[in-house]
Amino acid sequence: MSLAKPAMRGLLGKRLRFHLPIAFALSLVAAAAFKYGVTEPRKQAYADFYKQYDTTKEFNNMREAGVFESVRPTGK
Amino acid sequence: MCVAFHNKLGEFWPFPPDRAGVTESDERGTFRHLEIAPKNEPDLWRSTIFFLRSWLISFDFPMMSSKEARSLKMLHLTTGRVGCLLSKQVVVALTSSGARMSSHGHHEVSDSVDMSQPMYWDRLDTPLPDRPWKDVLDSTDKSLKQKEKGPWTALSKEEKIALYRLKFNHTYPEMKRPSHEWKTVIGGMFIFFGITGLVVFWQGHYVYPPQPHTFGEEWQAKQVQRMLDMQINPIEGFSAQWDYKNKQWK
Repeated sequence: MSLAKPAMRGLLGKRLRFHLPIAFALSLVAAAAFKYGVTEPRKQAYADFYKQYDTTKEFNNMREAGVFESVRPTGK
Repeated sequence: MCVAFHNKLGEFWPFPPDRAGVTESDERGTFRHLEIAPKNEPDLWRSTIFFLRSWLISFDFPMMSSKEARSLKMLHLTTGRVGCLLSKQVVVALTSSGARMSSHGHHEVSDSVDMSQPMYWDRLDTPLPDRPWKDVLDSTDKSLKQKEKGPWTALSKEEKIALYRLKFNHTYPEMKRPSHEWKTVIGGMFIFFGITGLVVFWQGHYVYPPQPHTFGEEWQAKQVQRMLDMQINPIEGFSAQWDYKNKQWK
């Protein structure tokens, strides 16, 4: 019945040395994934949309549909 | 310690004097001064105090027998009163407390634990309790404890285990043993979900007012058309899913 003496000291340090680098690495990966998976595509989508956007044409479409109160649809 | 004594009227406290219609000054704060309180029953407030004190006394005091006898004798005198239900309850309390006083030295399994004595516990977070598991040692245990005072290398494996079992009830693995409690918990959860579901269904039928008109099919369709006309979220959201050329969803 001679077991090895268990570790009595440095338990927190050992845990931190193991877990902190992993935590930092995973956080950086999460941030990078969000940036390149979500924000960059979103910025690109907005840029593309407004490149092709004709303001006047869309305004007139909305006016004809009757969603404005300041201008009524043309006609009548 | 005796809990029934003479108040300054010469009567046994907490039972009020026989004289009807006379309220004495030391009965201030009792129910006696109220017209609604019947005059020849024991005072409720003082009876509660009496009860409470006899319950507190029922914890394990050694060497109480002579005082017990005295207080019981006093109670016998007071039970001579007319129609006193509460006094009988008090007699029961003190006699049962007398029984408890005589069972000194056992590990309490009944409701009252003597918190003035060192306690034993099996806890994962507090490994060393105030007292060992077995205090009352027979002769073999005592000889083993004597051997423990010498060098521990002289102890055999079985002796070391026996010493451990004298000092502790459960080992850590025994304390951590899994139980079937989770089934009860999950089952209880589902039962309460079910009851809640019934309540919610009943509520939907009997409690809720009629739905607003804006929930109707026609109104919802007109609402969707208006949102598309306004081009709500045309880049990544609602209107982005609508094909304006072909007038259909993408």
